[in-house]
Amino acid sequence: MAILSVKSLTKNFGGLCANSNINMEIEKDELIGLIGPNGAGKTTLFNMLTGVYEPSEGQIVINFDGKEKDIAGKKPYVITKMGIARTFQNIRLFKDLTVLDNVKIAMHKDVQYNLLQAIFRTPKFFKEEERMEKEANELLKILKLDTKIGELASNLPYGEQRRLEIARALATNPKLLFLDEPAAGMNPQETAELTELIRFIKEKFEISVVLIEHDMSLVMNLCERIYVLDYGKLIASGNPEEIAQNPRVIEAYLGEEI
Amino acid sequence: MKHLFTKKNLMWLLFGALICIAMYFVFGVVTQKWQKTLITAAYYIIGALGLNLIIGVSGQFSLGHAGFIAIGAYSVGVVFQGDATLANFALGIAIGVVITCAVALIIAVPTFRLRGDYLAIATLGFSEIIRIAIQNMKITGGASGLSYLSFENINDHGMFLMMLITIVLSILLIVNFVKSSHGRATISVREDEIASEAMGVNTTKYKTIAFLIGASLAAIAGAYVGPMNFFIKPGDFGFQKSIDVLVIVVLGGMGSLSGTVIAGIFIAVINTLLQNYSDIRMILYAIILVTTMIFRPKGLFGNKEITDIFSKKRKEAE
Repeated sequence: MAILSVKSLTKNFGGLCANSNINMEIEKDELIGLIGPNGAGKTTLFNMLTGVYEPSEGQIVINFDGKEKDIAGKKPYVITKMGIARTFQNIRLFKDLTVLDNVKIAMHKDVQYNLLQAIFRTPKFFKEEERMEKEANELLKILKLDTKIGELASNLPYGEQRRLEIARALATNPKLLFLDEPAAGMNPQETAELTELIRFIKEKFEISVVLIEHDMSLVMNLCERIYVLDYGKLIASGNPEEIAQNPRVIEAYLGEEI
Repeated sequence: MKHLFTKKNLMWLLFGALICIAMYFVFGVVTQKWQKTLITAAYYIIGALGLNLIIGVSGQFSLGHAGFIAIGAYSVGVVFQGDATLANFALGIAIGVVITCAVALIIAVPTFRLRGDYLAIATLGFSEIIRIAIQNMKITGGASGLSYLSFENINDHGMFLMMLITIVLSILLIVNFVKSSHGRATISVREDEIASEAMGVNTTKYKTIAFLIGASLAAIAGAYVGPMNFFIKPGDFGFQKSIDVLVIVVLGGMGSLSGTVIAGIFIAVINTLLQNYSDIRMILYAIILVTTMIFRPKGLFGNKEITDIFSKKRKEAE
């Protein structure tokens, strides 16, 4: 059974149809690539799946624990609480906060004390703070950011900011992780490291990963299955070899023969 | 318990207590003019701490503080038409906070769809609505306001002590809120609302919570206006009052509580000093503000606290 099924999803911005009639299925522990030329509607699709946009039509059904739930049009924070996390194409860290606080904020949804307990500093508050501190430290260690815990997020080098975004998304304890162009702006060596990292977190946290990427070396190397979008429509899906040879995909990227 | 009575907390307790005791004694020896200055400073500090929570921590630009101060002032004013006792003062504050929370909630629902300048204008509008509503109600004495509001058996010195305690409690409330998971969630709204929501933070909820706490502190500050000036009238709570409080927050540094306290004292002292030059008072006031902002564009303290200086020193010592 698929953990995420997208059924005839459509998004119109006025007269512009950004996504039309998209059908997708994502299984447990899969690594999926979502590719397509610029303006194909990849990020729009992500934004609908994570609740930033409300779909014009169609359903998004999640099934993490045997129960089917339609999450189309739900608020982003509700969707995150259900187990879907994301990173952003243009990095959106909490820049003036420390690396540790960035991760702790993502853990807030599971915090066990309420506002009054925080203001009156009850024992529960300290117990929870200790737990969060410990878990955040462990997570940062896994992502090799443990030496930067007290640094401001804005002071990290670019590659580490990307990694922190992934760490922060993982801190929400997701079952499905969306990465929006994780390798954008990286050099080949950094991209290679990122490829390893994504593979590693997928195994380590037992999650499904969906990523948008323009770097074909990363996509072909990493993804088990690929969906291709062009002009808002799904034009192909399959494993990397099939996609590389698919005439419609080649046409979308390189244009048709005369 | 072991967490509450750490060496650091005890040190701060001692530090805070010493400052309060010192201020209390200073109040006893200075002239009446400076007593008035200290009381005004304390009143502005309480209000500005609340506004700093709204602007500096949750990042929502509100110009509606005068409205909430008015609600607090009039709640106490109306209750004081009976007896001006301490018990009635507490009752007035309680009523003021309840009304303020209700009004703030009504304001929050439509306005928190707005951002930045638009939110400022909308809150400003609501503040004026509150003022005009008060002006047209019978119980509040209309445009002429309410008078004879000084405490029956508490002198200025006693009131100043009450204000000091209020400031300490407000700082404790804000610090405990900000340094909790809920506070971090609120700060994340200021940093990046979209990312915050994507990380599972209900942004509207935390914006509203910060707004309610901030507005309540404004009402508590307002409660002291009556006993301070002996009378209140709607004209005292025009939008100029919101600006006065805003100036303190910006001057002290958005997000810095120590900055707010220092800036509150700074402004009150400047105002008193400039009283002797009434002709050019506003010009000098403006020049001082402009120069301060040129040399400290992020406010006197930026987003730092006094405590940061100490912890940095300790780190270097290690």
